[in-house]
Amino acid sequence: MRVSTPLIFAALGGMFSERSGVINIALEGMMLIGAFGAAVITYVTHSPWLGLGGGMAAGALLAAVFALCVIWLRANQIVAGTAINMLALGLTPFACKILYDVTGQTPAIPLAERFQSAPLFLSWIMVGLCWLWLKYMPSGLWVSFAGEHPEALDAAGICVNRVRWAAVLMSGALAGLGGASLSVYLSSSFSRDMTAGRGFMALAALIFGKWRPVPTALACLLFGFAEAVQFRLQGVSLWGGKPLPVQFIQILPYVITILVLAGFVGRSRPPKAAGTVFRRA
Amino acid sequence: MIRKLLQPILSVALGLAVGLVVTWTAGEDPWRVFRIIADGAFGSGYDLGMTLFYATPLIFTGLSVAFAFKAGLFNIGAEGQLTLGALAAAAVGAIWPGLWSPLAPVVAALAAMLAGALWGAIPGWLRARRGSHEVINTIMLNFIAAGLASYVTLYLLKNPGSQNPETRPIGEGYWIHQFGVFGGAPVSLALPLALVAAFVVWVLLWRTVLGFEMRAVGQSESAARAAGIDAGKVRIIALSLAGGLAGLVGVGEVLGNAGRFRVGFSPEFGFIGIAVALLGRNHPLGVVAAALLFGALHRGAAALDLETERVTQELSLVLQALIILCVSAEGLWDWMRRRELNVEGSRG
Repeated sequence: MRVSTPLIFAALGGMFSERSGVINIALEGMMLIGAFGAAVITYVTHSPWLGLGGGMAAGALLAAVFALCVIWLRANQIVAGTAINMLALGLTPFACKILYDVTGQTPAIPLAERFQSAPLFLSWIMVGLCWLWLKYMPSGLWVSFAGEHPEALDAAGICVNRVRWAAVLMSGALAGLGGASLSVYLSSSFSRDMTAGRGFMALAALIFGKWRPVPTALACLLFGFAEAVQFRLQGVSLWGGKPLPVQFIQILPYVITILVLAGFVGRSRPPKAAGTVFRRA
Repeated sequence: MIRKLLQPILSVALGLAVGLVVTWTAGEDPWRVFRIIADGAFGSGYDLGMTLFYATPLIFTGLSVAFAFKAGLFNIGAEGQLTLGALAAAAVGAIWPGLWSPLAPVVAALAAMLAGALWGAIPGWLRARRGSHEVINTIMLNFIAAGLASYVTLYLLKNPGSQNPETRPIGEGYWIHQFGVFGGAPVSLALPLALVAAFVVWVLLWRTVLGFEMRAVGQSESAARAAGIDAGKVRIIALSLAGGLAGLVGVGEVLGNAGRFRVGFSPEFGFIGIAVALLGRNHPLGVVAAALLFGALHRGAAALDLETERVTQELSLVLQALIILCVSAEGLWDWMRRRELNVEGSRG
């Protein structure tokens, strides 16, 4: 349960962006910068809640750069996403060096100032909220329309790009929250490249969950479970004395994603207009 | 033609400018940072050699991405393809250490290419026959490749004489020639091989039927289908060849530098390859030029850790990211073009 928390936040973030029609492979970078922001703010203010806010703000800020490029400047979403990931990977040690004169890590946060279990509950409350919002609120429907039939939304008099802006910003804030729960909940500081592919794993969970909040969260739980099991299974013998290599469990989520996408295990279909630029005719 | 060149050059200038302003906020003199990078990349024969050494894999991955792009495919999977390519080369070298030169390196290079091609064929097949998008598939395959490589390295081919996660060293006969003029920098035959590969890609794309079919599929799948081209088959071939190109990164790394497969040897060459292809406008010549630039940035930034108080070598990642964002921002260039037209219009 614990290790799946960052995944759930990030996957929900990815969901908003992708449902609105913006493919977000920059989740990884947004998580990383969120983890950094949260660690710094918590260390300075001694309050993990403010740190959580800092992580969200940092994620949203990076998302704003991303949105600026892909929505206003019509950059290719995948290329820009890759660049944003690199930017986060480069900026965090850079800022770390300026603030603390070390490249690898931010100073440790004392146990008393870290979260015990709040982010875990928060993540599931968020799943419920997202589900309600997407299903029952008009603005939640706008997001889906921006991703499925942007023309229809435009015809209804709602600015598609404004909806996408909002969705991407929210996506960044949630991914930042995911990163924050990594640095002030699951560990005690920010360290270099600490997300280690979790942004992409969140993306995988999103696909496995077919872009819907509850199944996505369950997929996160499954992947988190696989991650937790790795530590337990090290050294345990299977198949006549041979240890089961950890690597096989590590790659499991990715194999599942490919199989699901290929339609071997139930079809998973992305939003129709994902990846496209919307321009009014 | 000039305008085609202008956009990448302006992007580089803009990206560098923004990046150096970032160093100014850190309290360093941007001009000094720029000079350190330039000096670190080209200051001596050794530095130049290191720049070329970093540029070589980027030529391969850049070509790989550009090649697939011509067929309308996004190859985010170069990282996984090069990982398995390098692993295959090292595995061949470790399993049959007795093989002699010049046969040995050729066999190892072919193995590297084959492994990369296989890893490229999977998303190609998935796209062509199951309709699932190659972007997600190649990202996932990158992680799977990393997992497989670390499994093979740690369980099957572990180097008993080392604490690091690496394979047993390759046989003597596998080493390829290193050029001595660069003061010991590991510039090997892989560099000319990369240039040859660039030329082959050019010939393949613009002088063969396959290349024509690829470009047709890339520009309009429906038109290509109407002309009787099997778009699925072309896609599979294109991604396989792209994978093969990325796999060749293993030649320089394993046969020309480390003599073994080291887990995590690549500082994201595959991802930087995307930037290289983009900046090089998906043309082989452009790819070579862009690879040299990014190689220089990577090498030049390495000196920043020592020579400045506060700027770290990660600045090169920031600079590269900014350059990619600039070059990909279509809207920015449209806007500039429109202004240009307006200025001309008001004059006339």
